[in-house]
Amino acid sequence: MNINMTLIGQTIAFAIFVWFCIKYVWPPISNALHERQKKIADGLDAASRATRDLELAQEQASQTLRESKEQASQILEQANRRAAQIVEEARVEARAEGERLIAGARAEIEQEVHRAKDELRAQVSHLAIVGAERVLEASVDEKTHRELLDKLAAEL
Amino acid sequence: MAAGNEVSATYYIQHHLQNLTFGHHPVNGWSLASTSAEATEMGFWAIHLDTMGWSIAMGVLFLWLFRKAGKMATTGVPGGLQNGVEMVIEFIENLTRSTFHGQNKNIAPLALTLFIWILLMNSLKIIPVDYFPVLFAKLGVDYMKIVPTTDVNATLGMALGVFMLIIFYSVKVKGVGGFARELSLTPFNHWLLIPFNLLLEIVSLLVKPFSLAMRLFGNMFAGEVIFILIALLPFWAIWLLDVPWAIFHILVVTLQAFIFTTLTVVYLSAAHEHH
Repeated sequence: MNINMTLIGQTIAFAIFVWFCIKYVWPPISNALHERQKKIADGLDAASRATRDLELAQEQASQTLRESKEQASQILEQANRRAAQIVEEARVEARAEGERLIAGARAEIEQEVHRAKDELRAQVSHLAIVGAERVLEASVDEKTHRELLDKLAAEL
Repeated sequence: MAAGNEVSATYYIQHHLQNLTFGHHPVNGWSLASTSAEATEMGFWAIHLDTMGWSIAMGVLFLWLFRKAGKMATTGVPGGLQNGVEMVIEFIENLTRSTFHGQNKNIAPLALTLFIWILLMNSLKIIPVDYFPVLFAKLGVDYMKIVPTTDVNATLGMALGVFMLIIFYSVKVKGVGGFARELSLTPFNHWLLIPFNLLLEIVSLLVKPFSLAMRLFGNMFAGEVIFILIALLPFWAIWLLDVPWAIFHILVVTLQAFIFTTLTVVYLSAAHEHH
């Protein structure tokens, strides 16, 4: 075990190796390593963000679905109500129309009755006069007995 | 190698623990040491060719492999090599982030270099102890100790580099004055205690690289010695001890690389902090 020049030689070799390593070996590997680390971190980040986005979207979708269901049921209910209303209105209208028709018919009948009565009255008075003429065999002066006959016709 | 007599066993161990040394021998001049004694006589002006060669080979292997991964690096789905490399890088980044509290982009690559380089150098230990010495003996090379971290020069050399970085960053962050103040006025903030503080702080500063180097060297060297001792057993018995020890060393190899790296980061973190 002799201490000799090897000591110096080894120190020089050490210095050269360290210099070479610092200059040419370490940087490319270290850079690649860190870049990949960053890439992976970014990827993980993006993945977690995507998961969060998906969750959000799902929640939104379900909310929209719920809202539209609610809306649909609301519309249905409204339609039902409207239909019921229309039916009710139609019923009321029909009843009114019927009543109106009945009233019209009744008025017409009454009018007809009146007219018939008037006609009948006129004929009766005429018949009465003719009958009286036959009975008396004499002509009765229509003008003098008109008032009497009218009174008679009005009593019929 | 089967167990021979005591002399040949001693020779075997010594042979396996001897580095291939090239240096200036007082008698032979510039030459490869052919014995351990010659290597010692060369003194400081010698170099361990095997330690240098294998450590540089491992360093280049590390840089080549990681550079290749870096060139192909995509931010998309990574391939096999990139995946492995990224795992290591992330591990080192986490280590640095949890231990280093200053602002310095160079600490993490430094830690990466230390960790993988030491790991690769330590891993050479798993290769059976006889393979390379025998192979090189066939090629006419007497000695070949392939695990650089079992050579104290290698570990101390790296620790020296770390030590220089500690000094450099201490001065850079705190300034010469700040660093001097830290050395002289901690832990006891009183002018009378400056000499005592200086002694304490300088010792603790110098101990840092030594503890780094010795811990790694000690563990690896001891492990290597055990491997060599196991290799002295009869050939049919070697695997009985060798396999468990090798499996255990998968842990030791990684752990020692990790400890060296972590302590370096801790020391440098301390160098960046104001007290």
